[in-house]
Amino acid sequence: MLRFLLTRLALIIPTFLGVTLMTFAMIRLVPGDPILLMYGERTVDESVYQKLKAEMGLDRPILVQYASYLNDMAHGNFGKSITTRTPVLSEFVTLFPATVELSLTAMTLAILIGLPAGIVAAVRRNTAFDHTVMGASLTGYSMPIFWWGLLMILTFSVWLGWTPVSGRMAVKYFIEPVTGFSLIDSYLAGDWSAFKSALHHLILPACVLSTVPLAVIARMTRSSMLEVLNEDYIRTARAKGLPPWRVVGLHALRNALIPVITVIGLQVGALLGGAILTETIFSWPGVGNWLIESIRRRDYPVVQGGILLAASIVMIVNLMVDVLYGLINPRIRKGH
Amino acid sequence: MTAQVDIAAAVGTRAEHKPMHPLAEFWHYFRQNKGALAGLTIIVALALIAIGADALAPYPPAEQFRDALLRPPFWADGGSWQYVLGTDDVGRDMLSRLIHGTRVSMVIGISVIALGLVVGVMLGLLAGFFPGLLGIAIMRAMDTLLALPALLLAIVVVAILGPGLFNAMLAVSIVVLPHFARLTRAAVLTELAKDYVTAARITGARLPRMMFLTVLPNCLAPLIVQATLGFSTAILDTAALGFLGIGAQPPTPEWGTMLSDALQFIQRAWWVVTFPGVAILLTVLSFNLMGDGLRDALDPKLKR
Repeated sequence: MLRFLLTRLALIIPTFLGVTLMTFAMIRLVPGDPILLMYGERTVDESVYQKLKAEMGLDRPILVQYASYLNDMAHGNFGKSITTRTPVLSEFVTLFPATVELSLTAMTLAILIGLPAGIVAAVRRNTAFDHTVMGASLTGYSMPIFWWGLLMILTFSVWLGWTPVSGRMAVKYFIEPVTGFSLIDSYLAGDWSAFKSALHHLILPACVLSTVPLAVIARMTRSSMLEVLNEDYIRTARAKGLPPWRVVGLHALRNALIPVITVIGLQVGALLGGAILTETIFSWPGVGNWLIESIRRRDYPVVQGGILLAASIVMIVNLMVDVLYGLINPRIRKGH
Repeated sequence: MTAQVDIAAAVGTRAEHKPMHPLAEFWHYFRQNKGALAGLTIIVALALIAIGADALAPYPPAEQFRDALLRPPFWADGGSWQYVLGTDDVGRDMLSRLIHGTRVSMVIGISVIALGLVVGVMLGLLAGFFPGLLGIAIMRAMDTLLALPALLLAIVVVAILGPGLFNAMLAVSIVVLPHFARLTRAAVLTELAKDYVTAARITGARLPRMMFLTVLPNCLAPLIVQATLGFSTAILDTAALGFLGIGAQPPTPEWGTMLSDALQFIQRAWWVVTFPGVAILLTVLSFNLMGDGLRDALDPKLKR
C-alpha cells in the first residue's frame, strides 16, 4: 500500500511542475508588456512601472524568475492582487469555502439522486423508468448549465418567487464566518432565519451545478450495475435464495460502485469548471466568480495564483480518489 | 448454425456466409440504435441549415429593426409572423441569428475537432512509437493539461491570448487535444504488439508508412467516437466562453454570446434567453446521441 501511495505521489510531481510552468509562462506569453497591459488605458508612471517590474521580478533572467516563482509558491506567496492589493492567497482562502459549500451540496445531491436512479434503472432494465432515467441523464449531460441556470432563475425566482436570484444570504443577516460555510456558520450562531436564508440561496445554484455530475453518475451506475448483475456470483446469490434487495444492495452494489467512485472523483474537476459558470450566473461569491472577474480586470497575479491554487486542489482531490480507489480495489493497487 | 442453414434452404436462398463489408456491418449495428439515428438526422438538418444559412434566414443576422425592439415570438401576445421567433433588444431577428449561429457552431465544432485531432493524433503516434523520453515527455504534458478542469484550462488559454472567437476555439482545441493523444497512444501500443505490425516492420516499412498507413487506420474506431463526442464539448465550451464574455464577441451570432447579451432582459423577454439555449442543447444532445451510437457500433467488445 505504501508503495502504491508513493508511486502515485511521485506521478503527481511532474504534473504539478507542468502546471506551475503553465501559470508561470502565462503572464509572460501575453502579447505585449504585461505591466502596460494590466494598466490598460491608464498611463503608468515610470517609477511605478519600474517598481512593479521589480516586484513581479520581470527584470531578471527567465530561469531565475521561475526558480524564485517556485520558491514563492512553496512559501505560500502567490503575489498580490493589482486591484485590491491584498495577497492572492488570502483572497482565495476567504472565497474558497463558498465554492466548496456549493460544490459539496451539488455533489451530495448528485450522489443521492444519481446513485439510486442508476441502480433502479439497471434492475428494471428496458422499462419506462429506465428509458426516462437514461433520457433525462443524456439531456442533463448535454445541458449548457449556464443556460439551465438562467431557466431555473426564470422559473423559480422570477415567476414563482420561491428563491432569491443571487448571493449567499439576505443582506440583513450578518454571521461571523467561522468555517466560511454559510449553512454551518448560521447554524452555529443559532440564527434560524439566517440559516433558512442561506439554504434558500444555496438550493438553486446547487441544483444547477449538480445537473452534469448527476447525469454522469446515474449513467455510470446503471452500466456498471448491468455488468455486475450478469456475473456468476450474482446468479449464485440468487440461487441461494437471498432476497433480491440483498443481492442488488449488497452483492452487486459493492462491486458496481468501484467505477462509480472513479467517476465521482473525476467529476470533482468538472464541478470546479461548472462552479465558474454557476457562480457567475448566481453572483455566488466564490473562487470561480473571482477568477472570471480578475480576467476581465486583467488582474494577472490573481489569475495566475488563482488558477494554480485551483489546479492544485483538483490534483490533490484526484490523488485522494486514486488512493481511495486503490484501497477498495486491490487489483489496482497490486496491478501496478 | 444448422438451423440457420435449414431456414435459408427452406426459404430457397443460398446460405452464403460472406462476411459483411465493414461499412455495411457498421451501418447494421448503428441503425439499431434509434437515439443515434435521431441524432444523425438532427445533425444532417443542422449541417444543411448551416450551409444554407444565407438563403434560409429571413434577415441578415446583424440587421437591426429599430422599430421592433424585443418583439415576442409569433404565438405570444404582440408577436407577428414578421419576426417568427421575436427580436432582441436592438431589434435583430432571433430566427435569423439562430440560423446563422448554427453556421458559427458548426464551424467551431469542425475547426476545434480538426485541430485537436490532427495535433492530438500526431502527439499520440509519437508517444506510442517512441515510448522513451519523448513519449514520457509528451504524456506528462498531456497529463498537465488534463489536470486542469476543461473550462478552467480554456479560460487560462483565453486569458493568455485575449478574448475572441478564434482564441476561444484555439483554447477549446487545446482542451480536447489530450484526449485524442491519450487514445491514440493507447491504441498504438496495443497495435504495435500485433503480428501484422511485426510483419510490416520486417518487410522494411519505414516509420512514416508504419505510423500512418499500417498502424493509424487500425486505431481509428475510438478516435471517431471521441471526435463525435468532442464535437459537443467543442460547441458547449465555446458557448460557455462566449457566455462568460471571453469567447465570441458581439455582434457575432454565437449562441453563448447571444445568451450573455440577453441576460439583462431575462425578466422582460423570455424568448431571447430561451431559444439560444435550446439550440445549444439540441445540437450537443444530437452529437452525444450519435457518439453513443457510434461507440456501440464500433466497439468490438459489445458486438458479438
